[in-house]
Amino acid sequence: MSEQKKSYLHVVREKYCKGCGICVAFCPKQVLSLKNGKVFAEKPDLCIGCRMCELRCPDFAIEIRQKGEDEARAADAGSVDYEIPPEAHHA
Amino acid sequence: MSDVLKYFRQERLPHIWCPGCGHGTVTGALVRAIERLGLDKNKVCVVSGIGCSSRAVGYLDFDTLHTAHGRALAFATGIKLARPDLKVVVMTGDGDCTAIGGNHFIHAARRNIGITTIVMNNEIYGMTSGQYSPMTPKGMVGTTAPYGNVERSFDLCELAKAAGATFVGRSTTYHVPLLIDLIEKALQNDGFSVVESIGQCPTYLGRKNKIGGAVEMLNWIKDQSVNVKAAAALPPEKVKGKFLIGELHNAPAPEYSSEQGELIGRVQRNYSDIKGGLWECASNSD
Ligand SMILES: Cc1ncc(C[n+]2csc(CCOP(=O)(O)OP(=O)(O)O)c2C)c(N)n1
Ligand code: SF4
Ligand code: SF4
Ligand code: SF4
Ligand SMILES: [Mg+2]
Repeated sequence: MSEQKKSYLHVVREKYCKGCGICVAFCPKQVLSLKNGKVFAEKPDLCIGCRMCELRCPDFAIEIRQKGEDEARAADAGSVDYEIPPEAHHA
Repeated sequence: MSDVLKYFRQERLPHIWCPGCGHGTVTGALVRAIERLGLDKNKVCVVSGIGCSSRAVGYLDFDTLHTAHGRALAFATGIKLARPDLKVVVMTGDGDCTAIGGNHFIHAARRNIGITTIVMNNEIYGMTSGQYSPMTPKGMVGTTAPYGNVERSFDLCELAKAAGATFVGRSTTYHVPLLIDLIEKALQNDGFSVVESIGQCPTYLGRKNKIGGAVEMLNWIKDQSVNVKAAAALPPEKVKGKFLIGELHNAPAPEYSSEQGELIGRVQRNYSDIKGGLWECASNSD
């Protein structure tokens, strides 16, 4: 039996994305596109999970999770409440 | 893999860098290297000077210091001597490091002090609107070189090596996995480490030289880089005019703050059997 194909989730932080197009231009599978100046995963099924988009993004605006593996941690930073400064969490 | 945001002061994001600026990519590479090594946030101190690149520390959730132009290494030297247990990282620009801060750079290398220096080399003064720097390639246009720069630029890695740095590597904002690997190795070297990251400033270098935006600049950077391992097998004409990327130098040597610490211990022991100890001895001497 062949192993089930891995699939990936594209976590996008729209608030951070500046639409520079780096991730779109260098994705080896043309998964990503820009829409109204923000990135989105147009063809997520083609993604091979190389994470080059994530590593090259200058704005920490896109992250790749493997479905069923680390997707639980996927939270949109745009929805986090920052009233308590993160510095407060470590001495 | 990573949830890199835990290393950022998220309430300060998004950052102020221009769309497509390479500095964010280098900052991301640093936190990924730190995450891989599992370093304690409270044992890492990141220091910078002045420039667009130097603003990186404002976003990082470690103990950070944003200092004076060119002086990051001077401050970092003080920190490393006072707290040799810390991982001290300097994030600096090509102008900050090689123009106004050039002297600090060569002497930090000569001493082999345990500091990891990441040079975010965009080959221009970004913050002050595009003056040429000692890293601007000959012939390129800048605000202060409207007809092209006639000066030769430094090969920073060769300079670091000659001055005494014990780990030297170069990568780019296109070759990010290599950049992360190099920073990881640099952080593990007990001595002065230099990682040069060639990156894009689309707003000034790219626009003034009509290279294009961030994507075109990354292609331009990619086309000029040759991996040091591949270069060894290539005929010289294929390597001419290009820069080498990869680990360029790795020659461990005694680290400065630990040598200083040993010296202090030795002197203290010499005088410990004198009545009143070192203090008495020092105050009685002329
Ligand atoms: C003592 C002093 N001289 C000059 C300046 C002006 N100045 C600010 S940033 C900068 C150059 C920064 O270039 P670089 O280090 O390459 O950083 P980039 O902005 O390109 O990332 C200069 C000359 C200053 N702030 N302080
Ligand atoms: S690289 Fe980052 S900032 Fe640029 S378009 Fe992609 S997600 Fe947005
Ligand atoms: S992980 Fe790789 S294949 Fe998937 S979207 Fe990012 S760059 Fe494209
Ligand atoms: S001016 Fe250049 S170096 Fe400064 S933020 Fe903009 S692109 Fe980056
Ligand atoms: Mg610069």
